[in-house]
Amino acid sequence: MKKTPLYDVHIKSGGKIIDFGGWALPVQYSSIIQEHQAVRNGVGLFDVSHMGEILITGENAPEYIDMLVTNDLSKMKDYQVMYSPLCYPDGGVVDDVLIYRFSGRKYLVVVNAVNIQKDFEWFRQHIQGDVQIRDLSDSYAQVAIQGPLAEKTLQKVAGDDLGKIGFYCFAPEMKIGGIDAMVSRTGYTGEDGFEIYVSPGEATRLWDLLLEAGKEHGIVPAGLGARDTLRFEAALPLYGHEISQDISPIEAGLSKFVKLHKQDFIGREVLAKQKEAGTSRKLVGFEMVDKGIPRSHYEIFSDDKRIGFVTSGSFSPSLGKNLGLALVDKDCSEEGTEFNVVVRDRPLKARVMRIPFYKKKYM
Amino acid sequence: MHVTKGLKYSKDHEWVRVEGNVAYVGITNYAQLALGDIVFVELPKVGRLIKSGEVLGVVESVKAASDIYTPVSGKVVKVNEDLAEAPEEINSQPYESWIAAIELSDASELESLMDEEQYTHFCIKEG
Repeated sequence: MKKTPLYDVHIKSGGKIIDFGGWALPVQYSSIIQEHQAVRNGVGLFDVSHMGEILITGENAPEYIDMLVTNDLSKMKDYQVMYSPLCYPDGGVVDDVLIYRFSGRKYLVVVNAVNIQKDFEWFRQHIQGDVQIRDLSDSYAQVAIQGPLAEKTLQKVAGDDLGKIGFYCFAPEMKIGGIDAMVSRTGYTGEDGFEIYVSPGEATRLWDLLLEAGKEHGIVPAGLGARDTLRFEAALPLYGHEISQDISPIEAGLSKFVKLHKQDFIGREVLAKQKEAGTSRKLVGFEMVDKGIPRSHYEIFSDDKRIGFVTSGSFSPSLGKNLGLALVDKDCSEEGTEFNVVVRDRPLKARVMRIPFYKKKYM
Repeated sequence: MHVTKGLKYSKDHEWVRVEGNVAYVGITNYAQLALGDIVFVELPKVGRLIKSGEVLGVVESVKAASDIYTPVSGKVVKVNEDLAEAPEEINSQPYESWIAAIELSDASELESLMDEEQYTHFCIKEG
């Protein structure tokens, strides 16, 4: 298994290490529920160094990237971050990524760890014009500090006013406790927070620094388990679950990240049709009515007809209920619709509810 | 190492407390630590006839579902309904949180279970 620069720190903190797509990372340190609540109510710290980073430079970088993504790159300003799916010609998803714009000739694309090689190959295959791409994944360590007290905590050790970094914006160079860092107001938890990029050699120092700064706010390290329950409650998609090679962004409810009024891009034709005519399947949220926990891939039936499957499901610590996300026939996607989720061969009743399940209460 | 005196233990990390002809079954501290936060327990039906080694119920943590195996054969005479409301009790009090009570059909089966010392060694070997 691959190790992030923070592996030894996780062992020291009592992290329960698991194999996450070939990476040795902690699923939890103390308890998934405790770590989840810490992020919702205070501040938590995540090692996300396994994510990939691809640098794209060149005169034709903007058109090149815009051709590969469904969102509109041309609208980006310097020091902005944009979320976008990348699609295959048939509308299926290659990956969902964050694009950091340094300038009109320099972009950093942050990709899912499990897709690094695939994405880089996809980028390489489609190079056109004056474009250079470099896989810089090994040159970055990344830490996410998330929660309502994340800004307060980080500000204690940040060299600049974090208030200047708006949502989905970033500071290309900031000193955090004297460490050179790139800091964006982004995250995968549904809470306020920042993602901090540093060189691998500084990761441990950064981690310890943040844990110290957050002590008075009850900061805890948080693992992959909490990362999943947090993003799930916020209905943020997870590649391989809500989006995949077989699920389009339109089906997954990501239509607002698919912009048709921009230059041509891969998948445009199919996605335009889906936007116009609608899709036969839709992503919905649901809550369990009968007692049981829905999990990925569980089948969903209405009467005796299979109408879909669970993409993600879990006990929700913030709502105290068992909830799920599912891809179902569009006729069964209305709020209040009831269907059965098959859990260990038994059909359990569930009801469609609105997503996101959780929305942070402050702004 | 939190292991309680007077109980019998199975290789699947269940504990057994015998009261007369009834065996109370739960999961050990080792098991609850390995599972993490327990958020759901699927209890067996009262009246069910069960053979040693069969799946008695299911304990679900945030991340996964785990089968519980019965270390003894017999008839399920009681189930712990408290666990339906508060499954997390298994984490905080693993030895007080019995899952099912089984009227023994063959008390000699208890002899093949481990005592406290044997189970402690077993856990150390498991790592």
